[in-house]
Amino acid sequence: MTSRDIILGRIGRALGPVPDEPYDTAVDRDYARVHGERTAEQTVDLLAENLADYRALVHRTDQAGLPDLLLRLLSGRGARHVLVPPALPPEWLAAADPVRVHDRAAAGVDELDRADSVVTGCAVAVAETGTLVLDGSPDQGRRRITLIPDHHICVVRVPGQVVSSVPEALERLDPLRPLTWISGPSATSDIELDRVEGVHGPRTLEVVLVSGSPGAGA
Amino acid sequence: MSGTYLGMPAFPAAARDAVRDPTLRANLRHATHTIREKRAKAVAELDDWARLREAGRQIKDHTLRHLGDHLVRLEEKVTAAGGTVHWAADADEANRIVTDLVRATGEREVVKVKSMATQEIGLNEALEAAGIRAYETDLAELIVQLGEDRPSHILVPAIHRNRGEIRDIFAREMERWGRPAPDGLTDAPAELAEAARLHLREKFLRAKVGVSGANFMVAETGTMVIVESEGNGRMCLTLPETLISVVGIEKVVPTWRDLEVFLQTLPRSSTAERMNPYTSMWTGTTDGDGPAAFHLVLLDNGRTDTLADDVGRQALRCIRCSACLNVCPVYERAGGHAYGSVYPGPIGAILSPQLRGTASEIDASLPYASSLCGACYEVCPVAIDIPEVLVHLRERVVQGGEFTRHGAKTTLRPARGHAAERAAMRAAGLVFARPGLLRAGQRLAARTRRAHPRTLPGPGRAWSATRDLPTVPKEPFRDWWQRTQGHTTGSADASGAASAEGRTDDGKAGA
Repeated sequence: MTSRDIILGRIGRALGPVPDEPYDTAVDRDYARVHGERTAEQTVDLLAENLADYRALVHRTDQAGLPDLLLRLLSGRGARHVLVPPALPPEWLAAADPVRVHDRAAAGVDELDRADSVVTGCAVAVAETGTLVLDGSPDQGRRRITLIPDHHICVVRVPGQVVSSVPEALERLDPLRPLTWISGPSATSDIELDRVEGVHGPRTLEVVLVSGSPGAGA
Repeated sequence: MSGTYLGMPAFPAAARDAVRDPTLRANLRHATHTIREKRAKAVAELDDWARLREAGRQIKDHTLRHLGDHLVRLEEKVTAAGGTVHWAADADEANRIVTDLVRATGEREVVKVKSMATQEIGLNEALEAAGIRAYETDLAELIVQLGEDRPSHILVPAIHRNRGEIRDIFAREMERWGRPAPDGLTDAPAELAEAARLHLREKFLRAKVGVSGANFMVAETGTMVIVESEGNGRMCLTLPETLISVVGIEKVVPTWRDLEVFLQTLPRSSTAERMNPYTSMWTGTTDGDGPAAFHLVLLDNGRTDTLADDVGRQALRCIRCSACLNVCPVYERAGGHAYGSVYPGPIGAILSPQLRGTASEIDASLPYASSLCGACYEVCPVAIDIPEVLVHLRERVVQGGEFTRHGAKTTLRPARGHAAERAAMRAAGLVFARPGLLRAGQRLAARTRRAHPRTLPGPGRAWSATRDLPTVPKEPFRDWWQRTQGHTTGSADASGAASAEGRTDDGKAGA
């Protein structure tokens, strides 16, 4: 008998005969789908507010202003090696002139460790919690590129990519893709249960909310 | 569970030392009070908290009622997505599976994401015995590992350490494990976090095998979910070539949508955040992104025994947020080590005796490590009625009876230490069933009241050492009632006693 059989057998004996219960009706989902009523614009404001509350640096611009803003953010940190995912819209970095390190599958972690910054898009952003979700699409790249550099700039197209709540975000996401939910820079509560920013992930998270762009959904 | 805890003294003995340690008391008080207020604020932001909590309870209960079906479905989905599923009936088997998997890679070290399940089975010790070094990468776990200490909290295993102690441990121990602590390290939390970042980075970058647990497993999609703060989890989940996750079977949820409940209740309950900094979700393996090999080890280790108990089963709803520890007056004073388990606090007091059985002194004492104040139940995001289970387990310890151990029905004999309690209860039952005897006893007690001792002799001494014995009134209540109501049949004959009995049925008969 395999351990699988043993465990499933124990479960069967522990529960005894259980009647069929359709799962659709087993849970009262009378909790709120969204907390509060907001216009699309107010939802974007809430996102900005909550991102900032967890020490992300939030910037707002439009499509035309994006290249200049990215130039300023990168040169402000003296970033020379900037990691980019395979399909970052080329116009985003049109003004900046860093040494672009295109992520390739063969890139070793040491190579990634030498990058000063990384610039990506995102799949969806959640206003109520101040969260960005990356799903590994070509404008976001592999999970490791947003983890190893100390500076991450994430571009969010507003209002198209912004949802209000966690339930709305899950509905937009594909569970079969590798997903990373990011709420502020890396932090810890391990010293006296008080929050300190900056442990292993990027210690600086900058979020650029770009308006006037086609609302690329997830 | 881990051998580290074998031979632990019973809770009261272990707690006595902790309560006398002023540094420990101050550290715990500071940390638990900080988080208590923040949690209350984070929870108050959601006006539908009670409904989210109820939905969480329902999801978990439904899952447990159909656990076998969900696990089979999960296995199918994980396998289809490129993962390999293993089943482990107990700790030894899980350790063996993980050790063999690591050996097969040819590696001699692994990086670990903080995981309660691997702590529970003593995986690090098992790997060590096989010549494989496990590096803990969570900041608090690192503090515990470097300090050769034991965890004392579910979420923040080093909660018993203050910043000064952490600085000393880093300065002293880091170089034995790899990159030494920076010169002139102070006790500023940001500097301590930076020291951990530097110390662990080289380990992350060279790691070929990662070991983790998981917060949730979605049966519908085969998706694993890990909720964390520091990014050490992301490092371990994405950089190595092989990932091994050891997860308790109760961590499965039926559908993707169910995450919408727990991703709202877990962060607010544990770190009092709207959302924790990082959550990773992965399904099997993904070409070109993350580990090429993914192994899921499904762990029983006493969970099915717990499932067999109708009352105790609810402990399996736990999502390990640790809110119950942070509000518990007993935990705040006794600290986590006194519970003799990787699961301390109120949830530990109901989980450990169920996962391990109540044969050892520590496990038999844990159901008593509570004042039954109920604060734990109130904050629990999946509404585990911890006091109810505590009382249930006390009954099991005192009275014995039938329960399940290693999948087989067993009859537990009443605990020896509770013989006096049982004798007293039996005597009380006898007397209360015979009104005449009760009346005679009360009168005798009233007349001899001046001769009563202030403390109980023999085994009762422990009880009366911390409590005043109730004073016996001059006159039993029923005598007083009959006298002041002016009844004529005041004699203690059988018919008089019966009529007096009839009258006191409505009111609360004191005495």
